[in-house]
Amino acid sequence: MKIAVMATCLGDAMFPQAVKATVRLLHRLGHEVVFPEGQTCCGQMHVNTGYLREAVPLVRHHVEVFEPVADGGWDAVVAPSGSCTGCVRHQHAVVARRAGDEVLAERAEAVAARTYELSELLVDVLGVTDVGAHYPHRVTYHPTCHSLRMLRVADKPLRLLRAVRGLELVELPDAEVCCGFGGTFAVKNGETSTAMLADKMRNVLGTRAEVCTAGDSSCLMHIGGGLGRLRTGVRTVHLAEILASTEAGRTPAAAGTPGGVRDEPVEAQR
Amino acid sequence: MSGAREEVLARLRAARDAGAPRGGVPPVPRGYHRSGSLAPGSAQVLDLLVERVEDYRARVLRAGSDDEVAGAVARCLDEAGSRRVVVPADLAPGWRPRTGEREVVEEHPGSPLAVAELDDLDAVVTGSTVAIALTGTIVLAGGGPGQGRRALTLVPDHHVCVVRAADVVETVPEALARLDPSVPLTFVSGPSATSDIELDRVEGVHGPRRLDVVVLR
Amino acid sequence: MSTTDLGMPAVRGGARDGSRDTGLPTHSVAGQGNLRGTTSFPRAAHEKLADTQLRRNLGKATGIIRGKRAGVVAELDDWEELRLAGSALKADVMARLPELLEQLEENVTARGGHVHWARDAAEANAVVAELVRATGSDEVVKVKSMATQETGLNEALAEQGITAWETDLAELIVQLGHDAPSHILVPAIHRNRSEIREIFLREMPGVDPALSDDPRELAMAARAHLRRKFLTAKVAVSGANFAVADTGTLCVVESEGNGRMCLTLPGTLITLMGVEKLVPTFSDLEVFLQLLPRSSTGERMNPYTSTWTGVTPGDGPQEFHLVLLDNGRSAVLADEDGRAALHCIRCSACLNVCPVYERVGGHAYGSVYPGPIGAVLSPMLTGISGPDDPNASLPYASSLCGACFDACPVRIDIPNLLVQQRAASVESHPRPTAQDLALRAAALVMSSPGRFAAAEKGLALGRLLAGREGRISSLPWPLSHWTDSRDVPAPPAETARQWWARTGGHDEQDGERS
Repeated sequence: MKIAVMATCLGDAMFPQAVKATVRLLHRLGHEVVFPEGQTCCGQMHVNTGYLREAVPLVRHHVEVFEPVADGGWDAVVAPSGSCTGCVRHQHAVVARRAGDEVLAERAEAVAARTYELSELLVDVLGVTDVGAHYPHRVTYHPTCHSLRMLRVADKPLRLLRAVRGLELVELPDAEVCCGFGGTFAVKNGETSTAMLADKMRNVLGTRAEVCTAGDSSCLMHIGGGLGRLRTGVRTVHLAEILASTEAGRTPAAAGTPGGVRDEPVEAQR
Repeated sequence: MSGAREEVLARLRAARDAGAPRGGVPPVPRGYHRSGSLAPGSAQVLDLLVERVEDYRARVLRAGSDDEVAGAVARCLDEAGSRRVVVPADLAPGWRPRTGEREVVEEHPGSPLAVAELDDLDAVVTGSTVAIALTGTIVLAGGGPGQGRRALTLVPDHHVCVVRAADVVETVPEALARLDPSVPLTFVSGPSATSDIELDRVEGVHGPRRLDVVVLR
Repeated sequence: MSTTDLGMPAVRGGARDGSRDTGLPTHSVAGQGNLRGTTSFPRAAHEKLADTQLRRNLGKATGIIRGKRAGVVAELDDWEELRLAGSALKADVMARLPELLEQLEENVTARGGHVHWARDAAEANAVVAELVRATGSDEVVKVKSMATQETGLNEALAEQGITAWETDLAELIVQLGHDAPSHILVPAIHRNRSEIREIFLREMPGVDPALSDDPRELAMAARAHLRRKFLTAKVAVSGANFAVADTGTLCVVESEGNGRMCLTLPGTLITLMGVEKLVPTFSDLEVFLQLLPRSSTGERMNPYTSTWTGVTPGDGPQEFHLVLLDNGRSAVLADEDGRAALHCIRCSACLNVCPVYERVGGHAYGSVYPGPIGAVLSPMLTGISGPDDPNASLPYASSLCGACFDACPVRIDIPNLLVQQRAASVESHPRPTAQDLALRAAALVMSSPGRFAAAEKGLALGRLLAGREGRISSLPWPLSHWTDSRDVPAPPAETARQWWARTGGHDEQDGERS
């Protein structure tokens, strides 16, 4: 298959390791991967903050960049993000229609129809649950709200994780409760967001997992930001990074964002 | 006040059109169960009713004949210590308690008891119109056979209610289909209760604190 | 009637503010009733989050009710079909609302009831007060009713020298505590048993000083306190859960029997209900009488459901008045998406599953309608007057986690309505706010790959801020709201875009580690 990667603005700028892991994983599974270079942002932050008018150019740009998937140029678009996929699938057409642009709405629907979150692509489209990964760590999984309730990915990420060699999966209590991120909610209602985060962290720490994983870098940034501030020693790792890890490969423990921080001092990487 | 009527209706007419869904309003999908899988009055539907009524911490007794109903009613009254009992005048004679030491007051539609008089009585014995097994609910129809007016089953603290097997259905839709909306209806599911304090359920508040149900096969 | 809409901009959907008779969809009147608080949600939440007892009370109560609801919903294999039917029935009601109301009026009148109409809260209160005065009574017993909380009826009656006795246990706790309701179903959910005991000891005349904090004892104290009132009251005021257009039947769903007392014993019954509480036919109750109790109290059926149609000779009140209230509902109806908020059957399931509600409680929302549905319904009823309107902050009081939609028995897409109301909030700004400018600039940057790539170069600054630790722990306002409690990772040395440009995606070596 020829699959285009939608990096998402956050993945591109702040969490490229999740994007790179997605590419590496799809290559390993024998697929051709393209990175549409014109891509920027799906507009989710604008939509969810109420800037629906301002989001129209972002939707239009996204549709223009990813339209080859609707025309047969590519077979699928994949994003390592439940919420960005959810925005494309459930909000783009709404934004266009609200602006009175029915043509754009229909184009957006055509792109959305072939845009998948990573676990959906793997399980539903590519039909794999065992991706041949190896990740010898104690891991707990936080189902992000938009993958769970907007995309209904259900247990697909868990099925993928259960097939990972060496991985010890521990159930997260109250897993389905929001971590408190919510995009600009975390800033506009920072204190309420923090109260929600506190309960999520308590549950994560209670599992004694060394890694908390999820399908969204944004929620992981939030959970990891809290875990890091308190120096809990638990790191956050995107699902793609775990699935990309192999025994032969060199990713394992080094992957991810330990407690919201890279595991090596920035200078040391130069 | 007619100004308010015309203004509110005008606003709503304008709003109805301004906000009309572009795709129209779809027909109501009726994919839910409109009837149960258990036959009305069947042994299984009675078992379900008993289980569900008991779940509300109401007491359920079974009877196989009118005589057994009278005996069960007497037992319920005795156990609760209910000595002064009111019944609607048209309560089936066979269901009235015949044993024990008690005063039975009849209420006739033409001469209702004062509220204070009702408050002095210990218990009320009535029939019922329909029962819903799935939810453990008994429906009283105001003025229905052996059911009296609403206050009768409300003010006395102890309600003994007779349910006939033929009136027991499995689901809510089956029950509503049997009811006449023009008379006042009271759906009773267990004794009065509240969960207003820390969601901790307490049975027995303003309505009858004790509900006994006699199911007649 | 006074007009207080000077300077208020007309709002999307053509809805007007104020109470002028224009015959057009109209918001509630500012300054009337209890649909708007005095502070923004984040400021109110700041105070509530510091109340550790409140957190404990809410966490415990919502946890219990979530569990009960989940249990009884799972029992029905046709729950989703019931939700679909409930949603479609309400959509049908909205599409025919004026006609159905006239049908209801005709049927209630034919059965000996009287129907009154009220444009707004003040008018509804005035109508009720006048009806009470006409009976010669100076007190009423009340069944718990959101509509009368919305209009502030008790306060309005008090101004006319009429005492309103709340008879629902939770409403009684709120009334005796000189408090405000904080939940649609359990208005005193923010109080625990020992707080309730203290309120009773302080405020309930003749209460046993040895009263314990056992919920049963407390409930029995309430019974004793209200018993005489029930038996002697001449007038009752209620709300309605449902009104049936084709029969004129009213329906009240309750637990304690206080509703039955009020609906049965007094000679006069006055029912105040929002115009949206209709169902088309009596048999349609078969859907809602299944959806409501399971969603609301988490029971298969609530202890008591009462229905009545007009007046029944020899049974119950012989005077029945129905007051139909607009108070902003016409404005909500005029909004194609937004009218779904009028589908709400006030079950409160969305409150109980909301992680925001669970942590701040209902008072932080200012309006009598708290939680997710309140965060959309309140600003829709009142309109949003500008960035400083407390109701402008309500649509943002959600992380858009979607738990409310899943719990809603009539499938109201609350997350979508929250987003729509955020848009209404943004559109109410008379001049751009700092947030407007920031998001517009971001949209400009993000809609162009060139500008976006250029902006990403600024990430180097973040690496500098992060320093050797690789984390950022302090950022300027408004991002300080993030770094107050959370670190930000240092930006990577190379963006995904740069990595792809350098390697074409085939460099299996991680750029930043090479």
